[in-house]
Amino acid sequence: MNLDEIGTWVLDANNAFSAALDLDQLKIARLAHSGDKSPIALASRGLGVLSPDEKASAGKLIGQAKESITSALASATARLEAERDKKVLLEEVVDITLPVKRTHRGGLHPITIIKNEISDFFIEQGYRVEEGPELESGWLNFDALNIPADHPARTMQDTFYIEPVDSGMVLRTQTSPVQIRSMLENKPPIYMICPGRTFRADELDATHSPVFHQVEGLVVDKGITMAHLKGTLDNFAQAMFGPDVTTRLRPSFFPFTEPSAEVDIYFNGRWIEWGGCGMVNEKVLANCGIDTAVYSGFAFGMGLERTLMVRHNITDMHDIVEGDLRFTRQFGIGL
Amino acid sequence: MRAPLSWLHEFVEIPSTLTSSDIAEALIRVGFEVEDVIEEGLGLTGPLTFGKVLTIEEITEFKKPIRYVGLDCGEKETRYVICGATNFVLGDLVVVALPGAILPGDFTIAARETYGKTSNGMICSARELGLGEDHSGIMTFAEGDVEIGSDALVFLDIYDTIFDIAVNPDRGYALSIRGVAREIAGALNLTFTDPVDALRDVTFEETGKGVSAKIAAPDLASVFYLRTLSHFDASAKTPMWMRRRIEKMGMRSISLVVDVTNYVMLELGQPLHAFDKAKIVGGLTIARAGKTTKFTTLDNQIRTLDPDDLMVWDDKEPLALAGTMGGLSSEISETTTDIAIEAVHFNPVCIAKNSRRHKLSSEASRRLERNVDQELAQYASARAVQLLISHSSAVHVSTAVDGAPTQLPSIALDPTYISRLLGFEISASSIAGVLRTIGCIVDEKSFTITPASWRFDLVTPADLAEEVARMIGYDKIPSMLPPRPIHATLTPTQKRRRAIASMLAARGLAEVQTFPFTNQETIDAMGFLGDRASTYRIANPMSEEVPLLRVHLVPGLIEVAARNISRGAKDFAIFEMGSIFRSSQKLVPAISPQLGKRPEQKIIDEMYASVPPQAFHVAGLLVGKTESEDWQGKARAYTWQDAIAYAQDILELCNLEWSITRSDFAPWHPGRCAELIVDGKAVAHAGEIHPKIIERYGLPERSVAFAVGLSALPDSQIVKPTRVGTMPAAVQDVALVVDASVTAQEVESALREGAGDLLESVTLFDRYDKIGDGKISLAFTLTFRAPDRTLTGAEVSAMRESAVVCAEKATGAFLRTN
Repeated sequence: MNLDEIGTWVLDANNAFSAALDLDQLKIARLAHSGDKSPIALASRGLGVLSPDEKASAGKLIGQAKESITSALASATARLEAERDKKVLLEEVVDITLPVKRTHRGGLHPITIIKNEISDFFIEQGYRVEEGPELESGWLNFDALNIPADHPARTMQDTFYIEPVDSGMVLRTQTSPVQIRSMLENKPPIYMICPGRTFRADELDATHSPVFHQVEGLVVDKGITMAHLKGTLDNFAQAMFGPDVTTRLRPSFFPFTEPSAEVDIYFNGRWIEWGGCGMVNEKVLANCGIDTAVYSGFAFGMGLERTLMVRHNITDMHDIVEGDLRFTRQFGIGL
Repeated sequence: MRAPLSWLHEFVEIPSTLTSSDIAEALIRVGFEVEDVIEEGLGLTGPLTFGKVLTIEEITEFKKPIRYVGLDCGEKETRYVICGATNFVLGDLVVVALPGAILPGDFTIAARETYGKTSNGMICSARELGLGEDHSGIMTFAEGDVEIGSDALVFLDIYDTIFDIAVNPDRGYALSIRGVAREIAGALNLTFTDPVDALRDVTFEETGKGVSAKIAAPDLASVFYLRTLSHFDASAKTPMWMRRRIEKMGMRSISLVVDVTNYVMLELGQPLHAFDKAKIVGGLTIARAGKTTKFTTLDNQIRTLDPDDLMVWDDKEPLALAGTMGGLSSEISETTTDIAIEAVHFNPVCIAKNSRRHKLSSEASRRLERNVDQELAQYASARAVQLLISHSSAVHVSTAVDGAPTQLPSIALDPTYISRLLGFEISASSIAGVLRTIGCIVDEKSFTITPASWRFDLVTPADLAEEVARMIGYDKIPSMLPPRPIHATLTPTQKRRRAIASMLAARGLAEVQTFPFTNQETIDAMGFLGDRASTYRIANPMSEEVPLLRVHLVPGLIEVAARNISRGAKDFAIFEMGSIFRSSQKLVPAISPQLGKRPEQKIIDEMYASVPPQAFHVAGLLVGKTESEDWQGKARAYTWQDAIAYAQDILELCNLEWSITRSDFAPWHPGRCAELIVDGKAVAHAGEIHPKIIERYGLPERSVAFAVGLSALPDSQIVKPTRVGTMPAAVQDVALVVDASVTAQEVESALREGAGDLLESVTLFDRYDKIGDGKISLAFTLTFRAPDRTLTGAEVSAMRESAVVCAEKATGAFLRTN
């Protein structure tokens, strides 16, 4: 057996593998240099006729050569496969800027969004979010709140009454009956907000709607002061309108609070009336059986549409109530 | 309420260093919204004078009438000006802007050629002078009203600042210059002179027998002053200063008597009424209308009276709708010589009702219904007499009085209460000081507070706290957070609603909110029947078109969809969450427990029960294609499957199990509506909308909808999951032939029942309805898995066999062979 050329075989194989331009050429080179009929394979088969000594030394040489060829083949294969893959991936390039989204754009109504936002803000401060019926007892909507029977708010110009009128059932004009329910159902301390839909006999125009939403808040606890009300509203205003907003309390009148105040905010360079608030009138607390010698409370209320309109610079109420998809879709889910 | 600075000056010493915005801010601080600050005469400079009209030459060759007017302005020569107004006659005195004058809007007056004449000035209207919007013509005066050639700027007191303020219903006293002046003085710590102080000791000589005054019942009025005057000369004129003040208040000068009553009302807050004494039979009595049904008010309207209307009567008939409007028959006229001036503290509720019943809100009723200082009946009527005597030939005849002011109850105040309520320290002496400023009498030893006679609103210590807070300034109240509870969370119901809304929004549905109103026509069109069609009616709906409360969410969604379609939308999905109002229970007469204490629990329960349940639903409407068509290809239309799948997604999100059955249920297609049942209760419906409804509302064909009654869903329970099996699953397919009337669910249920506990899932992978004979083929994949071992082929075959047998028994199914 002539193994003098074994170095050449390895060299030829390496050269042939390196010269291969693609996997097909490599296959030909592989068959020629490491296939069954390749010199190294033939030599390997010829080992059987050798003496044990010769077999050992020749076998070692052939083994080393095979290893070398195999390794060269592997690296050539890896090189050419990588080249091929790269080429294929390049060929498979697409225009990923093509418009692909076909599904409809959904979204929450902005009133829902702001309601959630307000609820989260107060939940974090330990307030419960309470709800109540929209069709409500007149006693809970008016009397218990110290709004007497002859109060102008109770006329049919302002309040929707349900037939028969002697049932006293109204579409609630405020979310305050939820406060009353909360005080009748729970013992202080009470920390709650009540966002919800409310009704007033207004015409629909750019700034009014007969159906609108409010959020009210109520705290009844020992030692509650007007300073607590102010701090709460300051925080609330900042949560709604950003850190630069300034609030102002202005003396006002509501039957259910005493002292009472309007809450103004200074936003976008002007004072805007945001809502009403005050210390819960002791008569209201008494109507709910809360001991006014022990407990005091504050309450506040804001319109959600108004809050939304001010914050988002929405100029016409119609957009909020008409359900035009082009409006709602702009808000996503508000996050 | 308007308040001119020039008038306020009379009662409060306002230093010239204070600007009008300082005053406006002070008013806002103490609780009076300043709606406008009107600077009268802004941009106006003289010379402005009075001229007498000597000649009028009508120039007619132009489109509009033009006058060339000769004026005596106290100059050597007659001054000629062109004027486009025609509401003056020879001898009238008018305001003339002379060349060099500048009118508001930077309009400089100069001698100029116009209409072929030389105009040497301008005759002015009130609006041209910046005195309000009255453009009815130029201002005219009679001889003696004003002095020819004098400085009109001074004489008409033109330069002024008028604050237009909103007065809250509890502060009726501020509907007067007196009241506003006191507030400004208090807010800015200025000296206040009460105009009433000068009237306290005023008496008039009795010169004869006047008209008597009587209050028929104490609940109608508390004080009635009636001052009779004689020898009045109707030609007496209102002095210019009074006329100008009345005009600045936004009212018109009418005649001396009417002007005086209005002037005193504006100054002090007490409405007065003047009767022509000659028309009064006997004395005056305040009493209800009773059986009298007709009354003609001075606006010449015949009013139908309510028996409860409060009237001022003479011995024969009613002469005035008390505190609201006088009667035509006793009105002051040009021939009136004897006058009776009425000043009454009426029961404010009576006046509010008068005003509301007759839809008559007058300057008088507005004040009286908010309650007026009881002491004012005496002083305001005295002030009116003073003014009439000094500006006419009138003579006081007599003063009749019935009733007397009642003292307002004192309030025992613990001064520390105010600090405790407001949240910052205020000394007892500061509290006393503030309360005195607003007119209260303070006994500092016992801290007993007697409210001023005009402060009916001060009843409780909390009322006093508000006064202290607002006079010290709400801005002085510190800002701090209350002690707060440790924890709160949304309720499971609230979390569910949020999750459902977010899921629907994320899946391409846009949320809408509709008004919860409807009408019978819509209810009928939807096909709602029985309990589902009955609802409550609004006694005073916003529109007669929608007088009922909604019974379902889908009609509102259809309306919104139709609106969007009309605006060009084609393919979309919308949803709404909200209450519906089926009249499941009859409304009972109002339950109105007594106030002042907690009602008994039984009463509370009854009251709660009297409020009908209002179910909370979510509904969706899917219209057109499921996605938009574009270069990627066509899109498919929404189908009944989509609607049902959304309803199922919602139940699945709430971790509920349901069964499903076909239902003939409005407003859906009777053959294409699924009813989803949870715990034996139908909680959701979904499918194709009834074709008739689709046609009626112009929706795309085969639009679909779902509705889920969220308040009917059971609460979610703590989940107790089964171990996840890691042994291999065995899968078996089975194709069954059944009658087309057999539902997939019936077959699936039977397979489940027969397959046993090791069945993991059943999936319908094929449905073939072309085999004829009214049969269909349903092919299912059954997946089996044991928790502890690999199932043998024999075991799996046996379970499959058992499932098939069960399906055969239950549904008549047989294995499909081809």
